[in-house]
Amino acid sequence: MSMDRRKFLKAAGLTTLVGLGGKGVFELLKPGAVEAEMTHGGHGEEGHGEKDAGPKVRWAMLIDVMALNKEKIEKIVHTCHHLHNVPNWGDPKNEIMWIWEDEYEHVFPDSYNEYNHILNGMPFLLMCNHCDNPPCVRVCPVQATFRRPDGIVAQDYHRCIGCRFCMAACPYGSRSFNWLDPRVHLEKEIAEGRKLNKRFPTRMRGVVEKCNFCVERLAEGKPPGCVEVAPDVMFFGNLADPNSNVRKILKERISLRRKLELGTKPSVFYLI
Amino acid sequence: MYDSGKVIIGLLIFAGIFLFPFLYNHGSPAAKPKPSLDTPAIKALPEKKCVEDTQFMITTHMQFLNNWRDQALRDGNRWYVNKEGKKVWISLQNTCLKCHSNKKEFCNKCHNYAGVDPYCWDCHYDPNGSKL
Repeated sequence: MSMDRRKFLKAAGLTTLVGLGGKGVFELLKPGAVEAEMTHGGHGEEGHGEKDAGPKVRWAMLIDVMALNKEKIEKIVHTCHHLHNVPNWGDPKNEIMWIWEDEYEHVFPDSYNEYNHILNGMPFLLMCNHCDNPPCVRVCPVQATFRRPDGIVAQDYHRCIGCRFCMAACPYGSRSFNWLDPRVHLEKEIAEGRKLNKRFPTRMRGVVEKCNFCVERLAEGKPPGCVEVAPDVMFFGNLADPNSNVRKILKERISLRRKLELGTKPSVFYLI
Repeated sequence: MYDSGKVIIGLLIFAGIFLFPFLYNHGSPAAKPKPSLDTPAIKALPEKKCVEDTQFMITTHMQFLNNWRDQALRDGNRWYVNKEGKKVWISLQNTCLKCHSNKKEFCNKCHNYAGVDPYCWDCHYDPNGSKL
């Protein structure tokens, strides 16, 4: 095949034109086809449980701050950590927390008001907020953490590779990493008289864990453990149902949610 | 070849040491494991039958349990319907190990024989045992 310089330059120029104005050429031949191809199956379709009629079940937790006290907090934390075989390491470096206590200043750093003498000094119970728009789920590279249709942000320990991206992403510090084998410490605690919940597994070294809204109990038709031991403080129900217990309480009481400006839409409400 | 006598003797000694374990164990295979079904829960059953038939469970329990795991955890569906239409609660620790309450004699026996170390037991444990 032979091609003289003139022919080659013509072909090259034409190709460049088509390359630069590719979309325009397509537009001439088939108007609208490119846009249709680009929007089809692209982003912006997922929504977060809000498209169409929305989900039928959306679990939410209400915590009555006014009814809380040290004694109840201790009972709730102990029950939760017993039910899920969470070891009590006793040092903040290895600590695993599913539910824990903190003060107003740290729980609501964005809306903290030093003259609010009602909330200052009140005990707050913290846990995973099971967000509608969970940042931890977005960053997990292996989809070990995922959002169930009922709104629970679940953690799949089989898949977790321990990269801790989710811990960096979570604005609430709800996640803990197993730096050491939790079984080693549990064995020690058992020797000291701790009882295991034999219906629930342990975790292994190198995975991230957090509150799971007691999915294993919900599956059996039981309420979460914290609600069971403190039914006057914790309320659990379906936020998607306008006639549910939680929606009724939310209608009557003033409620706070943590760090709303981040757009995560937490489903844990603090009643004041 | 220089020093051929020493080299050949050395090679023979090496081959002897290298082949010794193969020759030593030749013709005497380790006994095939027989997983024990001797538990109170299984004895009390009217018909000794697992969730699916025995042959299926022996050959396919690994994939089967993986499916159970994904169904329960990822899809949130805790009920399994077996080939006979019977409903079974999906749980390794609370369903499987309820009947097979002898993990050491049942699970571990074959797993040790086959040299496999399934990571199930990194988190799940025998609720009937005293150790994690």
